[in-house]
Amino acid sequence: MTAIPLGMPAFPTAARDGVHDEVLRANLRHATHTIRDKRARAVAELADWDRLREAGKAVKDHTLRHLDRYLLELEESVTAAGGTVHWAADADEANRIVTALVLATGEREVVKVKSMATQEIGLNEALEAAGIAAYETDLAELIVQLGHDRPSHILVPAIHRNRAEIRDIFRTEMASWGRPAPDGLGDDPRELAEAARLHLREKFLRAKVAVSGANFMVAETGTMVVLESEGNGRMCLTLPDTLISVVGIEKVVPTFRDLEIFLQTLPRSSTAERMNPYTTMWTGTTDGDGPTAFHLVLLDNGRTDTLADAVGRQALRCIRCSACLNVCPVYERAGGHAYGSVYPGPIGAILSPQLRGTASEIDASLPYASTLCGACYEVCPVAIDIPEVLVHLRERVAQGGPVTREGIRVRIRPARGHTAERAAMRAARLLLDRPGALRAGERLLSRAHRLRPRRLPGPGRAWTDSRELPRPPAESFRDWWTRERGDRGEEHR
Amino acid sequence: MRAALFVTCVNDALYPRTGIAVVRLLERLGVHVDFPAAQSCCGQPQYNTGYRHESEPLMRRTAEAFAGHTHVVTPSASCAAMIREHYPRIGRRARDEGRGPELARLADDLAPRVYELTEFLIDVLGVVDVGAYFPHTVTYHPSCHGLRILGLGDRPRRLLAAVKGLDLVELPGAEECCGFGGTFAVKNPDVSAAMGTDKIRSAASTGAEVLCGADNSCLAHLDGMLRRRDVPPRALHLAEILAATEEDPLR
Ligand code: SF4
Repeated sequence: MTAIPLGMPAFPTAARDGVHDEVLRANLRHATHTIRDKRARAVAELADWDRLREAGKAVKDHTLRHLDRYLLELEESVTAAGGTVHWAADADEANRIVTALVLATGEREVVKVKSMATQEIGLNEALEAAGIAAYETDLAELIVQLGHDRPSHILVPAIHRNRAEIRDIFRTEMASWGRPAPDGLGDDPRELAEAARLHLREKFLRAKVAVSGANFMVAETGTMVVLESEGNGRMCLTLPDTLISVVGIEKVVPTFRDLEIFLQTLPRSSTAERMNPYTTMWTGTTDGDGPTAFHLVLLDNGRTDTLADAVGRQALRCIRCSACLNVCPVYERAGGHAYGSVYPGPIGAILSPQLRGTASEIDASLPYASTLCGACYEVCPVAIDIPEVLVHLRERVAQGGPVTREGIRVRIRPARGHTAERAAMRAARLLLDRPGALRAGERLLSRAHRLRPRRLPGPGRAWTDSRELPRPPAESFRDWWTRERGDRGEEHR
Repeated sequence: MRAALFVTCVNDALYPRTGIAVVRLLERLGVHVDFPAAQSCCGQPQYNTGYRHESEPLMRRTAEAFAGHTHVVTPSASCAAMIREHYPRIGRRARDEGRGPELARLADDLAPRVYELTEFLIDVLGVVDVGAYFPHTVTYHPSCHGLRILGLGDRPRRLLAAVKGLDLVELPGAEECCGFGGTFAVKNPDVSAAMGTDKIRSAASTGAEVLCGADNSCLAHLDGMLRRRDVPPRALHLAEILAATEEDPLR
């Protein structure tokens, strides 16, 4: 996986901007709290939610276990229906394939349906380098694109922007990309949506090539499925002559029937809707209706390596609903940009270090960007135990260990900067494993309780910067027990 | 009824009052309390920070220290969660990595015998009114591991509601994490402090005199923030409230 923003610092540093940006925090707090409450209500409406969640998990696990088989079945079905399948091992290969396909049509612009996979590979930048303009047509993506910004949420990429900011972006930027914003544009949501609609309509009607992702791919029929709320996606999927879909290999499901589960769990988890407004399914090509050429680019980009990890592979069950972001207290304070990836929040914290490896500063810090509070696991519609994977990846960062890279099993070394921590953890363990020594340590602490410093040096400073230290007691529990109860129950070792 | 107390390393060294409160409370309810001195830390800090191998000897020590005890009680939701949820997992990993099956056996054997204090009171002893007296306004913060890993549900609130004189007020946004998260507080200090600030603001908004919890580590973080600002409420472990009576009030 490419596209780590250049010189991206570690999460704690990157998060500082978000924490201290009052406007950003207010925007995020409002948006995430509204949607998380709505989600809870929408989920509570279904009496069999827990069973749907288990079923979704089971289908995904089964598919991942037999991924090779289902992908070949998918290729056959898509081909039989008149589509063409391309295989891309990494971002560069996927970008090369898509660029060549667009150039072959003779076109120099494409309309885009919001897609995580194309963002992951940095497709827009690759197209731009080849002289092709890619226009985002999802409202939030449009805001991000016009604002020369980066997305900060899976579902609502412009979640960090408020209405006034969006109005300003439309006013100043729309004209250089096409139809300008109407005169005297205000910040009423309907006015803003109308401005976007007019701006985009021109693009839909002109475009000959569309690029999309997909939420699901059905192996048995070769059907591609896109769920969306605005209708822009359906325009892109039906109007242009050529459709190119870039989809991660983990998106395949075996049968059409399996959609029954996800069409219930995905909308409720992501937008808190019973059914999303637009569900578009297309299977290959048909004369006289929809695109006459359909290309499916199957993207690996670190996914088979992730699949090789027994604990971490569950991240590939993700259906990108973004429920975990909306309940995450860390995401809410830090903001999406701090995660240095198109996948922010809890899922990003376990996905990016697996797809990209843990070599960079940001990727090595992501597994620690969580308090392990478990709110993400609780809401995940495919029951990904995100805290479990976080701890597993922390082990990889702190201690090194075996990983699969490009299909080869290698042993990686611990990330830099963990030597002192490792020594401290070992020393603590040695002390804690000897109750005699522990007891002596506690007595020292008690005796020093009047010398308690207000500020600690080293890593402890982070604690005393905003908190008082606990007051050490005059006597440990162990000593109290011995004094009060004598040796009752004592078994010295 | 006999029960072994797993006091936990944090309580042993920094919050002995909590352990003493558990002993007083359980003895008042007719339980014979044992304190196996070979106990130490459950290994949670090591495990959660990514040092699973360092947590294994502590896991073995804990399992051995409580080998003969049918009921092990601890006034720490996160340590109970570590033993119940993560020990079996660590044991299986150790076995899979060829480091002997006995660690897995020890873990599986200990896990079902460990009870967080409120579970022991309600599920094992079958009491909700423990005869406590605490004439103060209290708000309760359910720590994440108690809430989501152990599934304590309304047990702590039911116990508090039955305390004579106690006025229980709801904490807004109670289920949100306080921002402690073990080494998270040190590794991500800005986010941790921002979360803690929001939590103590919610607690203060209730007008409660006491912010109660079942985990002294979360309380140390919140109490530390409250004391730095020198504002109410004060943080107090649930066990200390339940141990207080008219004859023997909290000192
Ligand atoms: S990890 Fe789960 S909750 Fe988060 S986006 Fe993926 S499916 Fe949704």
